[in-house]
Amino acid sequence: MLLTRDAIQFSWQALSANTTRTFLMLLAMSIGVGSVVILTALGEGARNYVTAEFSALGTNLVIIIPGKNETSGDNPMGLIGITERDLTIDDAVALTRHPKVSRIAPLNIGGAEVAWQSRKREVSVMGTSHEFQKIRQWEVAQGKFLPKIELSRGSSVCVIGSELRNEIFGAHAALGQWLRIGDRRFRVIGVLDSEGQSMGMNVGDSVYIPVASAQALFNVPALFRIFVEVKTREAIPKVITFIKSTLKERHQGVEDVTVITQDAMLATFDRILSALTYAVAGIAAISLFVAGILIMNVMLVTVSQRTNEIGLLKSLGASSKAILNLILIEAILLSALGALVGLVLGQLGCWGIRSAFPDLPAYPPAWATIASILVALITGVLFSLLPAKKAAQLNPVIALSKR
Amino acid sequence: MIKLNNIQRNFLVGNQTVHALDNINLTINDGEYVSVMGPSGSGKSTLLNLLGLLDSPTEGSYFLNGRNVTELDENEQAMTRNQNIGFVFQVFHLIPRLTAAENIELPLVLAGISESVRKERVHHALESMKLLDRAHHKPQELSGGQRQRVAIARATITEPSILLADEPTGNLDQKSGLNVIETLELLNQKGITLIVVTHDAALGARSTRSIGMIDGRIDSDSVDKKSANHSGNSPGESDVTHT
Ligand SMILES: Nc1ncnc2c1ncn2[C@@H]1O[C@H](COP(=O)(O)OP(=O)(O)OP(=O)(O)O)[C@@H](O)[C@H]1O
Ligand SMILES: [Mg+2]
Repeated sequence: MLLTRDAIQFSWQALSANTTRTFLMLLAMSIGVGSVVILTALGEGARNYVTAEFSALGTNLVIIIPGKNETSGDNPMGLIGITERDLTIDDAVALTRHPKVSRIAPLNIGGAEVAWQSRKREVSVMGTSHEFQKIRQWEVAQGKFLPKIELSRGSSVCVIGSELRNEIFGAHAALGQWLRIGDRRFRVIGVLDSEGQSMGMNVGDSVYIPVASAQALFNVPALFRIFVEVKTREAIPKVITFIKSTLKERHQGVEDVTVITQDAMLATFDRILSALTYAVAGIAAISLFVAGILIMNVMLVTVSQRTNEIGLLKSLGASSKAILNLILIEAILLSALGALVGLVLGQLGCWGIRSAFPDLPAYPPAWATIASILVALITGVLFSLLPAKKAAQLNPVIALSKR
Repeated sequence: MIKLNNIQRNFLVGNQTVHALDNINLTINDGEYVSVMGPSGSGKSTLLNLLGLLDSPTEGSYFLNGRNVTELDENEQAMTRNQNIGFVFQVFHLIPRLTAAENIELPLVLAGISESVRKERVHHALESMKLLDRAHHKPQELSGGQRQRVAIARATITEPSILLADEPTGNLDQKSGLNVIETLELLNQKGITLIVVTHDAALGARSTRSIGMIDGRIDSDSVDKKSANHSGNSPGESDVTHT
């Protein structure tokens, strides 16, 4: 009986002898495995990114969005909502009456040009309050955040992100400088320590001013969001009921806001992104299937090209089973090697993605890695069964006489 | 010992039956040197393939060393080919990607012999074929005669009792052909049963026993006494039946 070690060596020699064919099959297999790895890493990375972002929002957070939409739970961003009536600062203040509400922060967003001396920059301007820093759990690198003043009162002070600080002030000290925002001037009282993106907002490249000042600056009385931090997780449903009834009362009996919780958003995103990950994994797996068909074709060609050799092996005493095994081992070697190369390519791709987008934790999930290797091996063997059977059943006399 | 009883080998071509072998009865004793001659299409290769268990008879039985090998299963036949039979082909049939040594080693690999034993035996085979300096050459780097000597080394590496050669000199010039034949005869003198199919009358004359075939039947079966005495082998008893 042919020893397994010798069979592997024989098949290996056959693979090495035909480098073009081997290279093509490896390419097909490795692209399949590599794409499963990369695509699932992207999906999983997006999921983890979103989860991390929501966690960074702070705990027990309830967000109020102007406009009502019926499927509020499934539409976390409230993008489809139609504004019935503006959210106002008074609405926000009214919500602080509930004993389980620890803090609230209104948010207004606009774009404006900021300038200091000759330097200018177009940035996002956030109108908010002292509490916003606590809710978002941001650190202040220099100075302090917005002062604790009445929400309806403006003040000509601002806090800037670290990136903006570097762009505008460079080596100069920023604290105490007067920054022009739009057509007004604000004194810089703090620089944020935060970095990177948060919920689609670039924290570092933004400027924060009191909400009343922002309303005046943009001449927009309506709020973009109200953030409500609840003391305990258990109290969230009660607070939501309170928010809804309070605002309905204040808005002439019309329920025209959408209240979303972090948990609901998180769960929705998690569902969507998990489904997406499985979907892309499935699509990538199709390429493995295609690779399997390619392997079958190439192995069929191989068997017909090596008919002489198979006849010879039989004349030298190889049983049909030995021939079958030799061809299958070739397929397994190819698939395993292809899977290995694919894994390396996939990991390289993930590394590339992580280098290009440092915020995205693009690591392939273990199940995808294992599944892609298994699928590669199984397709390799399954699709080689037919060519291997064909080879094993060759009549040695006819095989030997084939030219 | 080879014993064929009433062997019939028919091929169906279209709706016509070709009698490639027609009622063959033949006994070949151990150590004989037999040449098989006859016109093209007379069934020489078919006979050889049958003797080598590459083909099975349509009818009749084949006894090899007292065992009815027509009744063996596929696996046992493969094992018998590996252990008892060596093949030498007109077109060498060496595997081009393997070196001379690796080609010679193949039957031992298929038999599951350990590597150390294999290397040793291949070394000896290369030595006796005067191919030691060509051990690591690929077939295309060898001359025709050298290729055939590699093929002979491969055919005999498992020390089979029978060596079957189908026109072994057909692709060689006269000098290398003679060299190959002398190599085969040397093996026969050491005891192997040698059966050579040839078109070359001069080559056929060198054997101790010459079988002539026509239309799938054995037409003549003669023993050359002179060569027989020379090689020291006893002539085979032949029972030729004409039908
Ligand atoms: N696989 C096959 N299918 C059909 N007919 C076959 C087959 N193999 C051999 N034959 C026929 O059997 C007969 C004997 O063929 P064989 O090859 O044994 O002749 P041969 O004596 O070796 O001839 P040559 O000297 O040309 O090699 C021929 O008529 C051939 O056509
Ligand atoms: Mg022939």
